[in-house]
Amino acid sequence: MIKYLKLHDDKCVGCMTCTATCSRLYAKLDNPAKSRLQVNPLGAGKFHLIACDQECRKCVAECPTQAISVNSQGVVLINKSLCVGCLACVAVCPIDAMRFFPGESTPYKCVACGACVKTCPKDALEIGSKEDGPASQQYQEFAAVAQGART
Amino acid sequence: MSQTFSKQDFKLIKEVKLGNKPIHRGYAMRTLYVNVGSQEIKDKPVSEDMKQRFIGGKGFGLKLLWDGTKPATKWNDPENEIVIAMGPVCGNTNYPGSGKSLVVSLSPMTGVPIDSNVGGFFGPYLKFGGWDALELQGKAAVETIVFIDSNEGIVQLYESPAGIEQDTHLLAEQLTHAFAVDEKDLQSIAVVSAGRGADHSPMGLLNFSLYDKRRQGIRVKQAGRGGIGTVLRNKKIRAVVGRFGGVSQNLNDAADPAAVQRVGLKLHREIVVNDDKQCKMRKQGTAHLMEVMNDYDLLPTKNHKYGQDPKGPELASWVWEKLFSQNLPDGCWFGCTMACAHAVDHFLLETGPYKGTKVCVDGPEYETAAGVGSNLYVYDPHGILELNFYCDTYGIDTISFGTTTGFLMECWEHGILNLERTDGIDLTWGNWQGAAQILHDMADGKRFGVLAGRGVKFLADYFAKEYGADAQFLKDIALHGKGLEQSEYISKESLAQQGGYYLTNKGPQHDEAWLIFMDMVNNRIPTFENKAEALHYFPMFRTWFGLQGLCKLPWNDVEPADNAKHAEPNKVPEHVDNYRELYEAITGQALSWEGMIRMSEKVYNFQRCFNVRQGGGRRQDDYPPYRAMGPVLEDEYEARAERYDKQMQEKIGVDPAGKSTAEKVKITRQFRFKQYDSLIDAVFKRRGWTQDGCPTPEHLKNIGMDLPEVLAVVEARIAGQA
Ligand code: SF4
Ligand code: SF4
Ligand code: SF4
Repeated sequence: MIKYLKLHDDKCVGCMTCTATCSRLYAKLDNPAKSRLQVNPLGAGKFHLIACDQECRKCVAECPTQAISVNSQGVVLINKSLCVGCLACVAVCPIDAMRFFPGESTPYKCVACGACVKTCPKDALEIGSKEDGPASQQYQEFAAVAQGART
Repeated sequence: MSQTFSKQDFKLIKEVKLGNKPIHRGYAMRTLYVNVGSQEIKDKPVSEDMKQRFIGGKGFGLKLLWDGTKPATKWNDPENEIVIAMGPVCGNTNYPGSGKSLVVSLSPMTGVPIDSNVGGFFGPYLKFGGWDALELQGKAAVETIVFIDSNEGIVQLYESPAGIEQDTHLLAEQLTHAFAVDEKDLQSIAVVSAGRGADHSPMGLLNFSLYDKRRQGIRVKQAGRGGIGTVLRNKKIRAVVGRFGGVSQNLNDAADPAAVQRVGLKLHREIVVNDDKQCKMRKQGTAHLMEVMNDYDLLPTKNHKYGQDPKGPELASWVWEKLFSQNLPDGCWFGCTMACAHAVDHFLLETGPYKGTKVCVDGPEYETAAGVGSNLYVYDPHGILELNFYCDTYGIDTISFGTTTGFLMECWEHGILNLERTDGIDLTWGNWQGAAQILHDMADGKRFGVLAGRGVKFLADYFAKEYGADAQFLKDIALHGKGLEQSEYISKESLAQQGGYYLTNKGPQHDEAWLIFMDMVNNRIPTFENKAEALHYFPMFRTWFGLQGLCKLPWNDVEPADNAKHAEPNKVPEHVDNYRELYEAITGQALSWEGMIRMSEKVYNFQRCFNVRQGGGRRQDDYPPYRAMGPVLEDEYEARAERYDKQMQEKIGVDPAGKSTAEKVKITRQFRFKQYDSLIDAVFKRRGWTQDGCPTPEHLKNIGMDLPEVLAVVEARIAGQA
């Protein structure tokens, strides 16, 4: 199973309560650039929400130090003490959900904690769960090819 | 798995605590000196003048080597050194290709300085302990392991214990486990080692390890060229082990870390988007070149006699793509998303002492697949992998080995060698088992293996003397410059590439200039002056990577989508600008494009003066053997008769009609030597050298390399005293 932040663009009004909650919680200040979740204005009162889907796991496969792993709830997490700050994960993330702040040494992403869900006045966010699919398991298959017997 | 050791099993000979020192703007401003003979271990300060003049990396290496050796020093004298140097940009984790070490030494093959560029973790780990370079000097009395703990700031010498393995794939694994404090620490260990082959051959290489968490074992990258592994073994150094745990972004203490991230991420993204449409480095590594070279008649086939073969596609990139484990972040340093360091996992060996075991083969890279593949007429990927593996673990350079074995096989074809002379090894084209037997015999120190391991320069003379074979023919097909075997591109139809190979400081290695496409395929540099300009610019530009600790591949093995729109696409201008920015962001020093070239010019000319000091660096040292310039044999001429006849008609002004092939071979040969002479004239002039190839004092003054000891060397040469 995969726990993730389910996004409802159609309900979002761009109030930025979620980004304030997230950045206050993880970066101790209100700065949308430091929020793990992004609200992108599309014009005409429409918004596009971006957060990790916890499913593609391209970053997990790409990380040279295995600093990125998947926990028992299926959430993709970065271990800061293993991270060397290369930003390869940022480059391979297909939806720009892996974030970094210029000059800070490690990247960050949504961990589906749900803090923002509680503060969103429009119910545009919820914690969802989904089944593992082929994409979510690929990173293990890639690594398995190289593992195992050698002298 | 062989026997396990722990550090406690090793007898400590010497320990010195020098402390660690934080890096400031890319530099530690000190170097580490270790003499394994006298057991002296000390730090040496780096002066501001050394930093300005020699920049770092190869520049620092050559400077330390110059100071540590004398004009009469031979490769096997105790005062010869191995210097491993990193450069200010080395070790950043953001820009792909930033983990290279530059290794220099007086080469057993050429007698002059060799420089080799290598990935793996050792260099960056050494640097993070606060060292810009490591100098290894002296000869140990007992087999020695040098351990540099960059976390603790301690340098130790250990006696290598009895029973420890000697070949890299086992030795580096044992040492990684012995020096790691626990499981988590395995990735903090980096080992530099050679193997049994390097004990018996001057073409020994250094393996630089990296611990691969996914494979749960070590991988190796090679400082391959020029025999530095032989120097290591001659010093009785079993291995040099480095340790550093806690790599993080910006250990280089960049002046502008956000700019380092910005320019690095820009290239990461470019690679992720473009690589699959361009070189496919992430899937195939440099092996992507195989079919391209075969198609353009440039893939060495039968000792560079031919450039293609109908069997060529059997070694094409897609064959390797299937064999390589895919979708792994196989960079040779953290943050290299180019990730070209591919491997074949669970490879079952069929020959030699490790027959029947499954191993991880690092590679092959293009040079290896061509050198021990098509060049030997081996089109069996399994054979290539076997040779690749054994070369690495025995510590033997695949390029020198491939070129040498090609030479031996051609000698076999011409009856110069036979079973009696090879101690029973059949060297028919394509017999990779025969080639493997040479390697095993080299590792075991057996007669023919040791003989073969001396390289083509020696063998050409030896076969002429011992077997009365045609000396000129042997000289023509012995592909070396200054004693170093040529790497694996056919140069005979590109005059500029002949210069790119042979008008070099260390010998014919393609890392100075690769001009074949520009010259032969696209005809962009038609005149001698154009070629001379390219043979000035590209060697200078490429030298810059070695000063910084950078890999050259991310410069032009991926390109911005609009690169072709630039006036000089071969220079990949946008990437040059990335490098300029990266350097500025790390060191805080302003740099222009001209400034980059000037940095390199200083070091490049210094290296040439170093050659002069050691008795080389003359015009006569810079000629190719004829196989690298044109068709040696009649059937070789016939294979490209159309091209050669046309050239005779149009460029030489001789009508080929009615002439015998033997006559035509001779006419072509005379013409090509004349062309090459004109090229040397133009290149030496452009480089600011005398017509004998010595940098002039005026030129050294102009570029800021007018150190008194350097001027003294060139003045003596020009006055005819040296
Ligand atoms: S930035 Fe950190 S988490 Fe991301 S790929 Fe690099 S080491 Fe892994
Ligand atoms: S690559 Fe991006 S979207 Fe995919 S798991 Fe990683 S952070 Fe999430
Ligand atoms: S491009 Fe290849 S050789 Fe160069 S640094 Fe990256 S992985 Fe290493």
